[in-house]
Amino acid sequence: MTSPIISVEHLSKRYIIGHQRAKGDGLRHAIEDTARAPWRWFRQRLSADFRPPASGVHPKAADVLPLASDLSRATREEFWALKDVSFEVKQGEVLGVIGRNGAGKSTLLKILSRITEPTEGRVRIKGRVASLLEVGTGFHPELTGRENIFLNGAILGMTKAEITRDFDEIVAFSEIEKFLDTPVKRYSSGMYVRLAFAVAAHLEPDILIVDEVLAVGDAAFQKKCLSKMGDVARGGRTVLFVSHNMQAVNTLCNTAILIERGVIADAGVSSIVVNNYLQRQTTAQSATSQRQWNGEGDAFEAGGIWLHSVRVSVSEGASCDFITTTQPFNIDIEYSNLLPGRPLLVTVILYSPDGAEVFESDTSRDPRWHGKVCATGRFKSSCSIFGNLLNEGQFRIRVIFHNVDTMQALLDCNDALVVSIHDNEERNYSWFGHFKGFVHPKLDWNTKALCGTAGLQSATSKSDLKQVP
Amino acid sequence: MTELIIEPGRTERQYWRDLWRYRELFYFLAWRDLLIRYKQTVVGVAWSLIRPFLTMVVLTVVFGKFGKMPSGGVPYPILVFCGMLPWQFFSTALSESGSSLVNNSNLISKVYFPRLVVPASSVITSFVDFVISASFLVVLMIWYHFAPPANICFLPVFVILAFAASLGAGLWIAALMVEYRDFRFIVPFVVQFGLYLSPVGFYSSVVPEKWRLLYSLNPMVGVIDGFRWCLLGGEHTMYWPGCALSLVMIVLLVVTGIWYFRKTERTFADVI
Repeated sequence: MTSPIISVEHLSKRYIIGHQRAKGDGLRHAIEDTARAPWRWFRQRLSADFRPPASGVHPKAADVLPLASDLSRATREEFWALKDVSFEVKQGEVLGVIGRNGAGKSTLLKILSRITEPTEGRVRIKGRVASLLEVGTGFHPELTGRENIFLNGAILGMTKAEITRDFDEIVAFSEIEKFLDTPVKRYSSGMYVRLAFAVAAHLEPDILIVDEVLAVGDAAFQKKCLSKMGDVARGGRTVLFVSHNMQAVNTLCNTAILIERGVIADAGVSSIVVNNYLQRQTTAQSATSQRQWNGEGDAFEAGGIWLHSVRVSVSEGASCDFITTTQPFNIDIEYSNLLPGRPLLVTVILYSPDGAEVFESDTSRDPRWHGKVCATGRFKSSCSIFGNLLNEGQFRIRVIFHNVDTMQALLDCNDALVVSIHDNEERNYSWFGHFKGFVHPKLDWNTKALCGTAGLQSATSKSDLKQVP
Repeated sequence: MTELIIEPGRTERQYWRDLWRYRELFYFLAWRDLLIRYKQTVVGVAWSLIRPFLTMVVLTVVFGKFGKMPSGGVPYPILVFCGMLPWQFFSTALSESGSSLVNNSNLISKVYFPRLVVPASSVITSFVDFVISASFLVVLMIWYHFAPPANICFLPVFVILAFAASLGAGLWIAALMVEYRDFRFIVPFVVQFGLYLSPVGFYSSVVPEKWRLLYSLNPMVGVIDGFRWCLLGGEHTMYWPGCALSLVMIVLLVVTGIWYFRKTERTFADVI
């Protein structure tokens, strides 16, 4: 086992909010405060010396009277952005840092990259740190692309010799050769970001801190960025990666920590941490796994059908709150039939997030039920949806009851339930975008060589394949 | 591999080594400021000649013609310009480095580097302006057929003093401006009044003898006197006790400037 390259011990960071608002801000307050300091000291001495003896008067009366400066201090509120955070990162490890906005991730990275100072605790770092907290930091809009490469490189800690050496590579990576001598203020935002990331990607630190790089750029460029990050990690360097893209965290990182309200809520193997995080999020959002109509007034009743509940269930005791694209699940509909003597048809229609119909399915698939006259009583119809069918997203479920004989709609529950499908599958290539379409079935592929003698080779020897005539 | 420890209130021993490692950043930031300073202007770099020239004309007319100040046999424009060179350097350096941290707040809050680089490189930028303006003094001297005395070989000493005074004051203002934007309004006043409070338009010998030592509390008095002594000669131009006092003030300014800057530097990212 290698020794940790970063070790964070009981790290805390406090911010004061509502800072100095009560008594005018800025310089005036500071001067006032300084000017009043002797007076304050004098008054405190006075109240200590001449505190009335305990004879009827409340002994603490002098203390109860708040001093003006104490009043202003009372309006300041403490906010702990980080509280007692400890973890270790080993050499060559890729650590994902996840958590909701405002959880303290960025504060952690700011402390690690020495931008701000912790309030408590200690960090030990071995080696050179480079952080990409925001790509394009230090770009000056008036300067040309060429000039900005040098400037930004210097700001990020590269020497002029290093930048000159890597200059061509940086330009090639950014794909802006043509506009190298145009001021960056005339660049499109995509070009701007590409150039910025290109400079940053050619830093050669021992520890690379990356924050939200994937939020920008098109899919092709994202892919490029991620593969570059993968290279960095494979080169034995340590990467701290903050992202909201869970697939990226899952695939790139070995381990991950989850930060919630300034404390580490979870740490360990990245796939487990990511799963736990997504589950927490869905439960926090809304309990969409089931919907019930209980009670008299609350019941959903129409056409002699009483709809009790629509819920999503998963086999083998897995959590219903968190359904992944690969996982089969059931839609369970519980209802009571109040009028006897009619055959019922239960239909489920699934809508995509933007309202398009994905599929419709009904109880005619169940020969034991379909066309039979339904007695009064309580029933449960389940529709099983197999895994690897739906793509990630939020799907709305609509439930309709028909009388099979008359084809008359009895009950129509338009927004019975919204089910969230998550994609947390590890991918075997470096693209972490959203797959297109509502469905994402696992289809079989087969590729054969039609001419040439080359058989199938491993992906690492792609260049050999190209040489085949 | 060197181990870096981040702790609250820890004075980093690495700081000065880091400053050395980032030495090229001085150059790059100064270079950037120079590049963008005259972008989209018509006369461009000529502004660093026009500004002191016009000020010189005004001061010559006000103090030399109307005020009838003694010139000691030196053409009045040269006398004024010798005072203006260090003063203009000091005043631009003060305002530029004073606002440099706030203007580069995106850098301060996103990337680590020794913050001292930012105000220091602003002083360097102003120094380049100073050199350009100095070329105008050469023209002026040729025009009036005025040959500087041998004292001129001491000029670099006073240039360094002017540099130190600008840096010291610039560090104070820069660090203060991060938290108190009031200095954005204070600095122009200092610069405006300083032009008349410092012996820019006249010899400091105009000041009554008993006030002269007090007058030298202004660090620029010693520097301007020194410039005149080097470029114009004449013993009456120099008041050595005053110069010594100005020197002490400059050293004090630089030492406390660095001290205050280092003290507040760690919280810049939080308050900027």
